[in-house]
Amino acid sequence: MIKLIGILIVGAGFALRFNPLLVVMAAGIATGLVAGMSFNEIMELFGTYFVQNRNVTLLVILMLPVVGLLERYGLRERAETLIRRVRSATAGRVLLFYTAVRQVSIALGINIGGHAAMVRPLVTPMAEGAARARHGELPDQTSQAVRANAAAAENVGNFFGEDTIFAVGAIYLIKGVLDTSGHKVSVWALSLWGIPTALVAFGAMWWRVRVLDRRIERETAAPPAEGER
Amino acid sequence: MKLLTLDLFYIIAGTFLLLAAGRIALDRTHPQRWGSAVFWGLLALTFLAGKALPPTLSGYFLLALVVLAATKQVGEKPEAGSPLTERVASAARLKNRLFVPALLIPATAILGTLALSRLHVGDLWLIDSASITVTSVCLGAAVAVVAGLRVTGAPVTTPVAEGSRLLQTIGWAIILPQFLAALGGIFAKAGVGAVVADVVAQALPTQYPFVAVLAYCVGMALFTICMGNAFAAFPVITLGIGLPFIVGLHAGNPAIMAAIGMLCGYCGTLLTPMAANFNVVPAMLLELRDKNAVIKAQVPIALTILAANIALMYFCVYRF
Repeated sequence: MIKLIGILIVGAGFALRFNPLLVVMAAGIATGLVAGMSFNEIMELFGTYFVQNRNVTLLVILMLPVVGLLERYGLRERAETLIRRVRSATAGRVLLFYTAVRQVSIALGINIGGHAAMVRPLVTPMAEGAARARHGELPDQTSQAVRANAAAAENVGNFFGEDTIFAVGAIYLIKGVLDTSGHKVSVWALSLWGIPTALVAFGAMWWRVRVLDRRIERETAAPPAEGER
Repeated sequence: MKLLTLDLFYIIAGTFLLLAAGRIALDRTHPQRWGSAVFWGLLALTFLAGKALPPTLSGYFLLALVVLAATKQVGEKPEAGSPLTERVASAARLKNRLFVPALLIPATAILGTLALSRLHVGDLWLIDSASITVTSVCLGAAVAVVAGLRVTGAPVTTPVAEGSRLLQTIGWAIILPQFLAALGGIFAKAGVGAVVADVVAQALPTQYPFVAVLAYCVGMALFTICMGNAFAAFPVITLGIGLPFIVGLHAGNPAIMAAIGMLCGYCGTLLTPMAANFNVVPAMLLELRDKNAVIKAQVPIALTILAANIALMYFCVYRF
């Protein structure tokens, strides 16, 4: 039971809004100590695993120069201009379309999205642009809601397309775990049973973007409060 | 022999981080000049030297990064970014040509995944096929920078300057995902997972088939919330709850159980700040004031999908 101290520290630390890096380090050190490791051994493990997991940060870092460059030259503004010409576009429809593209492409094993590569430079300007074309300037809270939902559209598309049709990534982890415990399963069976959830996820996203579109309508229809700008 | 490997891109990323650190160190007006420069410089070293560094030294580097971030020595310069009028004028001038570099990223990723991975002359391969999807996207980023410089006619220093601005917008949160992955490693080494599975198994009446499904699905989601990673939760919860109760005790179908179980884990991923690369880094990147805004937007989605998964598993796993 004492080994769960790390989880407790993480939960409490995040809830109390301490610096997350500090929380994670404290959780790691505490867990290591109760498992009988020395401080140096814990540092060694942190160092080993941190370097081993550089690929987690790699893509975000590599996207920054090109995204920054294109933003400097007006990529976001251009994306907004284009979407304004599509009369049927709403913020919600833009996001739903992106989720669908993401689900289908990742199901085929192709990773085309990402918060840095697609969502910030293209998806959010298009969604906000579509909303502005219909309703004029957006209040700050509305624009924040559009952006948060854009991040959600990326995550939902990414997670719930992955385990269907073409076996990629997670499927092999699942197969590995089941195989080593003596249960032979085919990757095709695993893929097949991912499809219903993929459809449910798309449906849930469809519901949320409708809620978002109605929210945008409501928040832009109300006249701005006195003295506020 | 492989020409394009992840190691090559680690060096490129490390070089960019080092240049960003250098720019900050030379900037006398930067409010957190030295703290920020040291932070990005040390991170650059872990990317450049990587496995050549003694792990204990990397660990102490990491400790230094944490201290710098926790004592608020890492920050960004408030000015940030070019004026809107300039960007609008540039957008009107360059028009759709601006999209070419941006779309080259996915185009290269597709081409790399499907075709370039097969290119080789004898034993000399173009791309390391072991990490094909990630390497292809990295290649896409590199191709896009070159195309971006051509399209905009910008000097080569601009991508570094603008990239460094974005890097500082995200700030120390950029290493949180990688750091959490390291914590996952330590949890696994210390045997945390086995303890969690034991506790759940003892506390619940798993002799009822529905309770077994519920415990497994919710267990996947909850443990993912704690670990921040469904892949870390999957072996623990599947070996601790799923296989002994759903498959062992109630003769359920392991393929259905495992496929849907992993997706329950993803519902947990949508709900936790521990999954920083999906939920926290984007909040910084999209400049959201509420760092939990992405998670809040995802709560209804995650709960809907989780409920559907539980129903789906209960109706299918004992039947097929």
